[in-house]
Amino acid sequence: MNAMKKLLGWVDERFPLIETWKLHLSEYYAPKNFNFWYFFGGLALLVLVIQIVSGIFLTMNYKPDALFAFASVEYIMRDVQWGWLLRYMHSTGASLFFVVIYLHMFRGMMYGSYRKPRELLWIIGMVIYLALMAEAFMGYLLPWGQMSYWGAQVIVNLFATVPYIGNDLSTLIRGDFVISDITLNRFFALHVIAVPLLLVAIVFVHLVALHAVGSNNPDGIEIKKNKGADGHPVDGIPFFPYMVAKDGVATVAFLIVFCAVLFFAPEMGGYFIEANNFVPADPMKTPAHIAPVWYFTPYYAILRAVPPMFSSQFPGVVAMGVATMIFFALPWLDRGKVKSIRYRGPIYKAFLAAFVVSFLGLGLLGTLPSTPTYTNIARVLSVVYFAFFILMPWYTKIDKCKPEPDRLTSN
Amino acid sequence: MNAIKKLAVLALLLAAPAMAAANTDVPLDVAPINLKDQASLQRGAKLFVSKCLSCHSASYMRYNRLGDIGMNEAQIRKDLELPDEVKTGSTMQAAMDATSAKMAYGVAPPDLSVIARSRSADWLYTYLRSFYVDTTRASGWNNTVFPGVGMPFVMSDMQGEQVLEVEEHGGHKVQKLMLKTPGSMQPAEYNTAMTDLTNYLVFMGEPAVLVRHQLGWIVLGFLALLLVLMLALKKEIWKDLK
Repeated sequence: MNAMKKLLGWVDERFPLIETWKLHLSEYYAPKNFNFWYFFGGLALLVLVIQIVSGIFLTMNYKPDALFAFASVEYIMRDVQWGWLLRYMHSTGASLFFVVIYLHMFRGMMYGSYRKPRELLWIIGMVIYLALMAEAFMGYLLPWGQMSYWGAQVIVNLFATVPYIGNDLSTLIRGDFVISDITLNRFFALHVIAVPLLLVAIVFVHLVALHAVGSNNPDGIEIKKNKGADGHPVDGIPFFPYMVAKDGVATVAFLIVFCAVLFFAPEMGGYFIEANNFVPADPMKTPAHIAPVWYFTPYYAILRAVPPMFSSQFPGVVAMGVATMIFFALPWLDRGKVKSIRYRGPIYKAFLAAFVVSFLGLGLLGTLPSTPTYTNIARVLSVVYFAFFILMPWYTKIDKCKPEPDRLTSN
Repeated sequence: MNAIKKLAVLALLLAAPAMAAANTDVPLDVAPINLKDQASLQRGAKLFVSKCLSCHSASYMRYNRLGDIGMNEAQIRKDLELPDEVKTGSTMQAAMDATSAKMAYGVAPPDLSVIARSRSADWLYTYLRSFYVDTTRASGWNNTVFPGVGMPFVMSDMQGEQVLEVEEHGGHKVQKLMLKTPGSMQPAEYNTAMTDLTNYLVFMGEPAVLVRHQLGWIVLGFLALLLVLMLALKKEIWKDLK
């Protein structure tokens, strides 16, 4: 014991070990009324680790070569010890990453977590979300199946619609005139090194920003306004051990869901792994129905809903881009007097509910082949989607809010 | 928030038929396969090697992986009649090379290693029972599930020869397959053989599927136990917060 203490002292003189432990864990005070919705940030971190670790082992056996990529994935599935487990961990993790992130973002929207003083925290989070989309998109090319190939073809071609520079831009991204071995190689490099490095760095920055301003809570009030004699928020509890113990329960519950998918439904009825992706990529054969993976389908539906203008698909591409980026503006669009949905008026609640319906509806439509009826529904839902953001400064201002409490309320 | 939860459930319900829908016009029969039935899987493997492997390969499947469905090395050699020069550790390669197959049938026969994963068991089961005589085709055969199929019906000796009859039912046409010349098997016997073959193709699509299901229950059992412990731990730690 004495030796351990000595070692700790030796390290602490040279590195702020105890200080860091206190600042971020044992004396980081989190609001005591965290509910279900507050599990997803921590779970996102867990999935990030799962993806990195399973990804490292997959990289040891995968071959980023148009001739061998498909076969190497089957080699992993059959001949590599526990290869199927690693591959399904990674594919299940990819989809559940988005489930967790979408719920995490929705929590932020419900409780106004993007409002002052957390604007920058929200923006950093949005950068993580965009990086995650790039990471998922490039990773999906690697199995080199028909959906990998044609999905990438469709998405890279979106860049070709940019006026004047479009064709050159898409060629620059592919490194070739079609998706080819060259594209596969560079997407592999970006997927296993560039984007993960960026992701880990911005996740770290996200946590630093969070711990500087402190966590929001379901009441949307600042616990730092009420400090006790010891200088700590009276409505806060130390992250370690209390929140760690609580998150531990959530982690195991989440792993049960994760493993149920992994072991019993890894394809998730074609939503997590598409059936057509078990056909090797064939540049000469376009599949009849190309659908992106489910987490991109809301935006894909918006893209298809916008009619071509001046014989160009570019307006649709712009609408899709704006739909993903518009979350950045939330801190400045929201003029509500209160942060949390608990004290918001009926107008905001109605708009948020309509937004959720439009997001899920567009997501569903994006997986289906387009028909005139579906396109019309997608158009209505797209208008609802954008109305939620564009009208926000107005409806949050006139909404009748309830008074916020001074102290946290229990659940 | 209840309204949102209800809407989320509604959206999931709406998505359910989309999951079931396959992009084929012909209704598919449900393949009555059972991956736990080793005898069926072994019969399917024999059928696969004797019938399909003449033209199709299964380049990702090794013969000795049949150990997973209870066949030992000696059985694999004897039952599948492997020539001496083929090692049990090698992958399943077609007897006919792809170029001559393409010359003969117009298309290179696809690799069948993961065919059950791209086509689904029901599609395969229906397809294998839907060949009919069509003199307009070069091969003399066609298929209701896969119109214009390049493959001649290599199991006509077993099933016999079917012909297509189109009936009018209140304005819309109904396709019906009738057995014209019986084969060596009764229709029920043939269906069982095709169930075995489909069963095997599903296993071959992912040989780890058997161990995956077994392991899944153990993992979930462990996690359920761990969840109880974590809940108790949380309760214990949160005690002093009152």
